[in-house]
Amino acid sequence: MAQITMTQALNLAIDEAMAEDPAVFCLGEDVSAKQGGGVFKVTAGLTEKYGEQRVRATPISETAIIGAAVGAALAGQRPIAEIMLMNFVGVCMDQIVNHAAKLRFMSGGQTPCPIVIRTTTGVGVGFGGQHSDMLEAWFAHVAGIHVVTPSNPADARGLLRAAIDANDPVIFIENILCYGLKAEDPGPGYRVPLGKAAIAREGTDISIITYGRTVLDALDVANELAKEGISVEVVDLRTIAPYDEASVLASVRKTGRALTLHEAVRPFGTGAEIAANIQEKCWDVLKGPVRRIGGTFSAVPFASHLEQAWIPNKGQIIEQIKLAMGKL
Amino acid sequence: MAQIDRDKLLDIYIRTMKVNRTDEKFRELLMSGKVAVMYYCVRGQELVSAAAMAALEKEDYVVCTYRGQGEQTAKGIPMEKWWGECLGKATGTCKGKGGTMHITDPETGIMVTTGVVGSGLPIANGLAMASQNNGDGRVTLVSFGDGAANIGGFHEAMNMAQLYKLPVVFLCQNNRYGEHTAYADHTDSPSIALRAEGYGMKGVRVDGNDVFQIYPAVKEAVDRARRGEGPTLVEAMCYRMMGHFFGADFSYMPPEHIAEMKAEDPLPKLRKVMLEHQFTEEELDAIVADIDAQINAAVEHALAAPLPDVNEIYKDVLEETA
Repeated sequence: MAQITMTQALNLAIDEAMAEDPAVFCLGEDVSAKQGGGVFKVTAGLTEKYGEQRVRATPISETAIIGAAVGAALAGQRPIAEIMLMNFVGVCMDQIVNHAAKLRFMSGGQTPCPIVIRTTTGVGVGFGGQHSDMLEAWFAHVAGIHVVTPSNPADARGLLRAAIDANDPVIFIENILCYGLKAEDPGPGYRVPLGKAAIAREGTDISIITYGRTVLDALDVANELAKEGISVEVVDLRTIAPYDEASVLASVRKTGRALTLHEAVRPFGTGAEIAANIQEKCWDVLKGPVRRIGGTFSAVPFASHLEQAWIPNKGQIIEQIKLAMGKL
Repeated sequence: MAQIDRDKLLDIYIRTMKVNRTDEKFRELLMSGKVAVMYYCVRGQELVSAAAMAALEKEDYVVCTYRGQGEQTAKGIPMEKWWGECLGKATGTCKGKGGTMHITDPETGIMVTTGVVGSGLPIANGLAMASQNNGDGRVTLVSFGDGAANIGGFHEAMNMAQLYKLPVVFLCQNNRYGEHTAYADHTDSPSIALRAEGYGMKGVRVDGNDVFQIYPAVKEAVDRARRGEGPTLVEAMCYRMMGHFFGADFSYMPPEHIAEMKAEDPLPKLRKVMLEHQFTEEELDAIVADIDAQINAAVEHALAAPLPDVNEIYKDVLEETA
């Protein structure tokens, strides 16, 4: 099979979903051919195939974009809405939280809301405080939404197909720094079920529970520490909410130690919820407290060295693992 | 003056009285203490809702607000299901999980009732976008108040609807108050309809208490939308004859405003029109009596209906998959 980038993987997933189901359509700022197929080119080439009505370039109107996606979904369409950068969800939270997430429940199951909200973010690009945040915890705190993020091209293709298939809203987070990752194309029709974590690397001493770009850091650290005789297991959640609790608990029951790792700020992050859950349910096997790593509790800074100091780094991960192992 | 044929007038009258008698019954139940729920009275706005729903086809979509009783009952939600939902019963449209502010009944086209001011407009665009995409010929009508015209979603939705020429009708029921704030205290521009021009959209302002103004205006907007000519903003001038919600103080309404709204009450005006069109007092009374009997039966049914199972709090959160 050919090698594909994450951008291509996402594009292939949308393309094949649109080819199979006329109810699938894209909308968002700059998504059509006239604007170059999206600022990160994920929707490139789709206008030529499916026309401007199914690849709708919208005004800069996030509330109208998500509202339109919600309404279209209620009428049986399967919209893929793009919010160009994750921080802009602040503009349309009412449509996501009060409407998309709740309409299935509040209607007694009559109006499910199958929309995918693709959005991009990431620290390390120099975009500063309003274009970089990982805000997955905002959505993980709301019932009625799936929150998904891929760490590699194959998962990107499979998770996005599954997200488009899902009969509920999905927040699909893409990390800017991962768009260029290359891997083998899993091929047409490939799906990764929502709510299923992957064991990205098996180990026996400690479980790192992470997702998205930080999976790459965790894998690097695992390689490095293997040389020192520390065996690290990396659990890639893939679906952040509702997450695969069974896989997480099984991993921790095996290793007896756990570290949660995410790019989002640490306080009240998803790592806190996962850590609390592990401590409740694996107390009998834990060899020490669950450790947590997250971004610094401040706005993402601009200057490159500040940004690098802000973001969780491999040194911190190694330190926390060694503390957990009693080797520091 | 626009003409409306007798059959359509009768249709509008029946819908208007359904809305009015439902409102009266709800207030009676709340006053008696038999029922204690949030309810947003529609007294004074019955005709706007009824005429607007009479201008739609059965399969057309409607998005309304917490003050949506008029659209809901006039569009034709079965009364037993409507009352069941308002009383929080398992027999309600939404199994008692939505309530008075979140009535949904896709079978009659009531797709969303939002409790958030102005949030319906962007969603209405989406319903209309679906119709534009799949060519089903439906029109979507979204009802909202004057207060909603000042929230961002209104402007985003108006611009987008006109941009794509979506088959949607924006019906602003200007009842002169946004919650407890008078129009003049929240908006300086002389009308909401005027704003349409800023989006390149057609906008009209009509007297919502005059059936010969409100019905033709909405009908024309619906027809335009169905012909693919794009959206219209219809501003229907009307009065909210009670407080923001049932039981809310509205002593802030100045006496001259009260006198004006009493003089403009749509119900005696419509009754007069009906009599002028050779409907008899007896016929009209019989219609109301029939509606009352239906409502009373629906209320009795709802009062006796079972409560939702407690396990419902865990259901309909996400699709249940094996």
